[in-house]
Amino acid sequence: MRDVKVRLLFFAVLRDITGQSETELELAGGTRPRDIWQQLRTQYAKLADYVQPPMTAINESYESPDTELHDGDELAFIPPVAGG
Amino acid sequence: MYLTDDVIDAQALVRRVMRPSDGAYVLFEGVVRNHHEGHAVESIFYDAYRPMAEKEIEKIVDDVVREFPDVALALQHRLGYLIVGDSSIAIVCSSPHRAESFAACRVLIDRIKQTVPIWKKEKGPGGEEWVGWQSC
Repeated sequence: MRDVKVRLLFFAVLRDITGQSETELELAGGTRPRDIWQQLRTQYAKLADYVQPPMTAINESYESPDTELHDGDELAFIPPVAGG
Repeated sequence: MYLTDDVIDAQALVRRVMRPSDGAYVLFEGVVRNHHEGHAVESIFYDAYRPMAEKEIEKIVDDVVREFPDVALALQHRLGYLIVGDSSIAIVCSSPHRAESFAACRVLIDRIKQTVPIWKKEKGPGGEEWVGWQSC
């Protein structure tokens, strides 16, 4: 499977924890948001306790964290929302 | 556009929705309060995934317009730094009779709080905290 490039966006608490608002990822084909979340957990101690990924958005729409990512996708993890 | 970085002009929203056939409007404003779960709050920073938040609000608005065909509505959500007393959201619903406007307004704010990717970081004497994160 060919590699896919994905743009990963960080908002709110995740931007604070990672210290960045976005990053480009080069992934093996078949990678899912859940796999990326596990990488982030090992990379950032403050996420280590969060075994389950938060809500996941692909291309500005809520999707399952088990959705296969495609080249050019924009991925964001959505921490608990608090609008209003 | 439903998101704004400026002070919300609720009366402008009222003027936008009111039709000659309307006999009532309901205006809801969410306001920054000085406390949350027992601790003092001085200010709130509202963050959003803007393009997605616009789309999610649009979906909610479309659903509510379908569910309440007699209601005309407008709303704005403010982002950025707000202090106690500032309005973070204003929703106006108008209709020929009051019952539909009350109901539609309630449904709108409840759904916006559930799914729209907007976050708030509360700041008080004890420090800063993203609301909802600990319970994740």
